[in-house]
Amino acid sequence: MASTVLFYLFAGLAIASAISMVYHKNPLYSAISLIGVFVALSCIYVSLAAPFIAAVQILIYAGAIMVLVVFVIMLLNLDEDKPLNRLRYLYFVGGGLGLILLVQTFFVFYAVMRAPNHPADQTKMVGRTLDLGSAMYSQYLLPVEIVGVLLLMAIIGAVILVRRLSQPQLELVLEHELEQEHRKR
Amino acid sequence: MEPSLASYLALSGILFTIGATGVIFKRNAIGMFMCIELMLNAVNLTFVAFSRYYGDVTGQLFVFMVMSVAAAEAAVGLGIIIAFFRNRLSIDVDDASLMKN
Amino acid sequence: MVYLVAVVIAFQMVLMIVAYTVLAERKVLGWIQGRIGPNRVGPWGLLQPFADLLKFIFKEDLVPDKSTKFVYFLAPLVALTCALMPMVVYPFGPTITTINWNFLPWGLGEGITQLPLTIARIDVGVLYVLGITSVGVYGIALAGWSSNSKYSLMGGLRSSAQMISYELAMGASVLGVVMLAGSLDLTQIINAQINSPFRWFIIPQIIGFIVFLIAAFAETNRVPFDLPEAETELVAGFHTEYSALKFALFFMAEYVNMFTVSVMCTVLFLGGWYVPGLEPLARFLGLGEWIHHGTIVYAIISHVAFIGKICLFLFFYIWVRGTLPRFRFDQLMNFGWKFLLPLALLNVILTIVVVYFLNR
Repeated sequence: MASTVLFYLFAGLAIASAISMVYHKNPLYSAISLIGVFVALSCIYVSLAAPFIAAVQILIYAGAIMVLVVFVIMLLNLDEDKPLNRLRYLYFVGGGLGLILLVQTFFVFYAVMRAPNHPADQTKMVGRTLDLGSAMYSQYLLPVEIVGVLLLMAIIGAVILVRRLSQPQLELVLEHELEQEHRKR
Repeated sequence: MEPSLASYLALSGILFTIGATGVIFKRNAIGMFMCIELMLNAVNLTFVAFSRYYGDVTGQLFVFMVMSVAAAEAAVGLGIIIAFFRNRLSIDVDDASLMKN
Repeated sequence: MVYLVAVVIAFQMVLMIVAYTVLAERKVLGWIQGRIGPNRVGPWGLLQPFADLLKFIFKEDLVPDKSTKFVYFLAPLVALTCALMPMVVYPFGPTITTINWNFLPWGLGEGITQLPLTIARIDVGVLYVLGITSVGVYGIALAGWSSNSKYSLMGGLRSSAQMISYELAMGASVLGVVMLAGSLDLTQIINAQINSPFRWFIIPQIIGFIVFLIAAFAETNRVPFDLPEAETELVAGFHTEYSALKFALFFMAEYVNMFTVSVMCTVLFLGGWYVPGLEPLARFLGLGEWIHHGTIVYAIISHVAFIGKICLFLFFYIWVRGTLPRFRFDQLMNFGWKFLLPLALLNVILTIVVVYFLNR
């Protein structure tokens, strides 16, 4: 009984925050609504007996990724989206496509709903840090190592993307581009 | 009495659809990026729900991988957006089209 | 129902400690600087926190005209909520097992055999506290941005950048303790310290302790890392445009953050409520029946020791504030990324190597 009430509460919160995120034109309000979605989802993970994933969701999504997004919005001083003056009918086309997608996803889940409904095995705990850790480093070691290399690539890529070229490097790049233009003509 | 697997999957489907329509509607790059994160989270919810109902830890492990990939994608994607903004002073994706009309 | 009472009691205790930390800071800073602190309101100034609260309530509440109103009101709430939320995982004392609870009326005491002194025993306690501290950055970033003032924005962005940089060093320094204890649960970490030959993890993890302490100073925006809110630098940083009760909320959030970090330091490195020589001493004095793990006298002594250790760290915070000058912002970021984080990772590697060879 309590778990049903809590599920509907957090599910309602998640859906309301998601709709708020799509609705707002101001990117900062969208970001705050998305943080609300993440917190609601984290509470749902706790009720699904996955405490490690819930804590990591708050730590990584709400605490790191969204901080990055909020920083970018504040530093670039982004304005709201300007209202569209033409092609207004495309909003309705988008809404129609969304409805079709919703019907399609429910069609897939209809099969699951028709399957025999066993309740979850309450005694088997698979969400603890110990279980996740032993699976990560024994059976699934390769994906973990690949993810490590992927993160290293992302760090290097991000640093290279936003560095400002020093003056000699700038001149080199400009020279190279001018040469290419001359060769094309 | 717990909510059945179907309720969690339905919630995941609704969040995924909201994210997808968000990607269609939004016109600035950061808004689109945030809607993509919402879609990834909906998929995470599906994984965790299945992991709970079949007692297998693989679902939660995959969620961990998805979160790491999302973090890497956030770093690089926001770097691209900043570099883009430096050149054009606007992140409206309609301005990003170099092809002629 | 029991949880509600426990939360109210813990909340009250945390707020009282924070209120008197404010007073203690002013008095101790005064003594360091060669003067006495406030001493007019009540004996030795002991009623000063209540006078401060009355002042904050009656001040004029200014709201800047061009600010984003919703975010402006949201920011102090986020800051204070995220500062207070880790309260539910603190292990305030050992479990009490020797009381027969049948004396409670209305049959409330039936079937209860033990009273744990932790409100919620979460399997991932350390990650929970670190995560909530990460979310606390939003209070500052949103406050700086929504005030629509250049000093606030600069102060808010610098403060947030500093906090997220030092979060990494803090997390990495905790890894060594978690490895020695084998669990992320705070109660389990204290049990591991009781069973380990070193008693307190500060002895094997001295590097981790120093890294954690320095990162904690930067996380809570205290001297020597308080450039974003220093008076001579950026007016008052991110809380320039806040007055009256909203400023009081930020002020309280800073001190509750100090309290949180002091509790984490105590639990992770100083053994929490564990006093190493208490049980042998009690047995030596013949009081072994009254004072062993599980009795109420042991719990009270341990709890007082816990609060004593926290007050030691709070005093250390205030002492450092009165003594050290502050870092410039680029020196601060340099220190965090290029010195502290590699040092924390070195500590983790050393711990891994030692634990591996000891377990062979």
